[in-house]
Amino acid sequence: METRTFKVSYSPHIHNGSSTSKLMWNVTLALLPAAVISVYAFGLNSVRVLFLSTFFAIFFEALALLMRNRNWKQCFDGSAALTGFLLGLTLPPGVSNGIIILGSFVAIIVAKQVFGGLGSNPFNPALTGRVFLLIAFPVPMTTWPLPRGIEQAKQFMGLATTKVTDAVTAATPLAAIKEHAEKALPNISTSDLFFGLHTPGSIGEISAIALLVGGIYLLVRKIITWHIPVSAILTVFVIAMITHFINPAKYPHPFFHLFAGGLIIGAFFMATDYVTAPIWPMGKIIFGIGVGLLTIIIRLWGGYPEGISFAILIMNATTPLLDKYTVPSPFGSKTMRRPS
Amino acid sequence: MSQTRTFSGGIHPAYNKDLTSGFETVKMPLPAKVTIPVSQHIGAPANPIVKKGDVVKTGQIIAEPGGFISSTIHSSISGKVLTVQPEEHPMGQKVMAITIESDGEDSWIDLETVSDPFSKSPDELKEIIKKAGIVGMGGATFPSQVKISPPADKKIEYIILNGAECEPYLTADHRLMVEDPESIVKGLEIISHITGVKKLYIGIEVNKQDAIKKIEKVLGTNGTIVPLEVKYPQGAEKQLIKAITGREVPPKHLPMEVGAIVFNVATAAAIKNAVCEGKPLIERIVTVTGHGVSKPGNFMVRVGTMVSEVVEFSGGYTEDAAQLIMGGPMMGRSVASDSIPVIKGSGGILVLPEKEVLTDSWGPCIRCGMCLRACPNQQNPQLLGNLIEKGLFSRISEEKLEELVLDDCFECGSCTFVCPANRPIVQFFHMAKAYFRSQKRK
Repeated sequence: METRTFKVSYSPHIHNGSSTSKLMWNVTLALLPAAVISVYAFGLNSVRVLFLSTFFAIFFEALALLMRNRNWKQCFDGSAALTGFLLGLTLPPGVSNGIIILGSFVAIIVAKQVFGGLGSNPFNPALTGRVFLLIAFPVPMTTWPLPRGIEQAKQFMGLATTKVTDAVTAATPLAAIKEHAEKALPNISTSDLFFGLHTPGSIGEISAIALLVGGIYLLVRKIITWHIPVSAILTVFVIAMITHFINPAKYPHPFFHLFAGGLIIGAFFMATDYVTAPIWPMGKIIFGIGVGLLTIIIRLWGGYPEGISFAILIMNATTPLLDKYTVPSPFGSKTMRRPS
Repeated sequence: MSQTRTFSGGIHPAYNKDLTSGFETVKMPLPAKVTIPVSQHIGAPANPIVKKGDVVKTGQIIAEPGGFISSTIHSSISGKVLTVQPEEHPMGQKVMAITIESDGEDSWIDLETVSDPFSKSPDELKEIIKKAGIVGMGGATFPSQVKISPPADKKIEYIILNGAECEPYLTADHRLMVEDPESIVKGLEIISHITGVKKLYIGIEVNKQDAIKKIEKVLGTNGTIVPLEVKYPQGAEKQLIKAITGREVPPKHLPMEVGAIVFNVATAAAIKNAVCEGKPLIERIVTVTGHGVSKPGNFMVRVGTMVSEVVEFSGGYTEDAAQLIMGGPMMGRSVASDSIPVIKGSGGILVLPEKEVLTDSWGPCIRCGMCLRACPNQQNPQLLGNLIEKGLFSRISEEKLEELVLDDCFECGSCTFVCPANRPIVQFFHMAKAYFRSQKRK
């Protein structure tokens, strides 16, 4: 009888077919509704920003992998693309090409590859890139061109728009209430914030509904768990409710805080970044509460109109600690010794 | 019927059980030759008591237990002893084995039948079980006479029969439950008689409705059938006890700590055969399955039959057969050659075709946490896997090791099954266990 030789490998011999790359592309897919809305609202400018940030993120990833003597083709694993795409979504639509490329550089090279690449970075790369740009280029990073329907937008903001060169710009809702809450608040409708077609802001943050669709997709596909988004959003909501109750003229109602700014995109897509967020349920909840707390504190009393980027980056620093102290007890370790 | 029960964690792999679950078990003809290893159980190997040239009968003892935790080995055919020497064993290393050439007669030893097992004392019954070489047939192969004799200070409240058969592909237990529920139930009653325990449970996953119905009919009110959720590893001892009793066996402890003893359904049937018919454990049902064999099915095989012969009898390999696994796809052992014997714990022979063989390349951990949610033991495969990959064993202090209960990982493979980076987490655990064992010896 012929003797066969079989391939030997360690168990298990079957796999559920998931891959890092599929996960990353799925998250990118979940961001598409928001990207589509941004193209509608800001036109080709939005395509330009998203293309450049994504393309250069992949480019810098390949470069770094080559320099580290790794397989450069790993730049297509979706993780760099996702970082670049997320970075683009956090930028104002009018930023210059140079700023975008620099942002991609900081995100991929400084925040990710320097620490050892995929899986090793302590801080969310896209947000590191964004915060670097915000600090380095405060003016272009807070100049918000108006989306379509300028006339409605003018009414909606209730504030004078400024003509900077050719583009008409205005403050974001959060900046408007920071500047002059009593005047701006009565003119901002929650439904506008929810759909986001007429609101100035970062490319990806304007439409709450589009982001929620993507976020729910991630939850349904079990790519993320509910812990971080729910605890972060709930924290913001509760504090906003309390402050609004105390002084409704100065502090906007909780739904304003929910749908204005980057809370939804931050809570669903950035705070949940696997690499930089805690892994255990209890750690995730504490992390989410921290993100929510810091966000609302900065929004209400801090120097910046929006605080989600800072909040997530600060909480990223607590991840190793949370991982260490929130480990659930292993199976059976709670079993009481029975009297025998 | 009450609601299905389960444990937390676990996975839902593709089960592929319909390849074999609908076909009646076929009795394999007598092999011309058997190779019977003296180690087919957990514990000390048995000591051979035959030598080259001896003539043996079917069911004759050919090796005696080599210690307290050990088992008796019998000839599975009648004929002449050819050799007593180390041979290839399904678990890897070469192990002392007795090779017997068949005389084609299958002439048995005189069988001592017992018509009323309940007239015998527990000690007499334990002796019969020990002599019959009964071991756990779910794969762990723990000697049954040891398991059935808990220390006097442990009060046993539950006897649980494991009919979960949660490993994908395997249907040997399923077929046994459908074809011979009487033996299983009788075996359970004998165990109950020996231990004096009256709370009897049989846990069966609800994808085996025909088995549930058959057992229910025979069992009547003597015990309770617990329908279990179809989830891997539902049949793992501690997870099964959790699902049925709600109790969690503490780390590093045996099920008797929470008052439970678990037997596989096939073990119960083997106990009945030993007690009532005097038959030692010399044959078992083996599932031959996978898309790498042309005719999957269940076969009654004599212990010591070569795997190659079993596959050939079933219909042979397909052209693209590439991987041979002893057991199921989750915990089974991949072997290089089919020149190894079927032993008491061999519930399955799985053959995967080329296109189903997994790649062995893996990427960095992205901390997605899927492994943590899949782990039925709520352990920490992510952290451990990373430390172990980097060789940072020394970073794990002794107290930390205690906390992580590395030894409690029974290598079910759930973490590795779900890992998107395809990391060989189970293998890391396996390596780390070996490392720490060697450290302890120093």
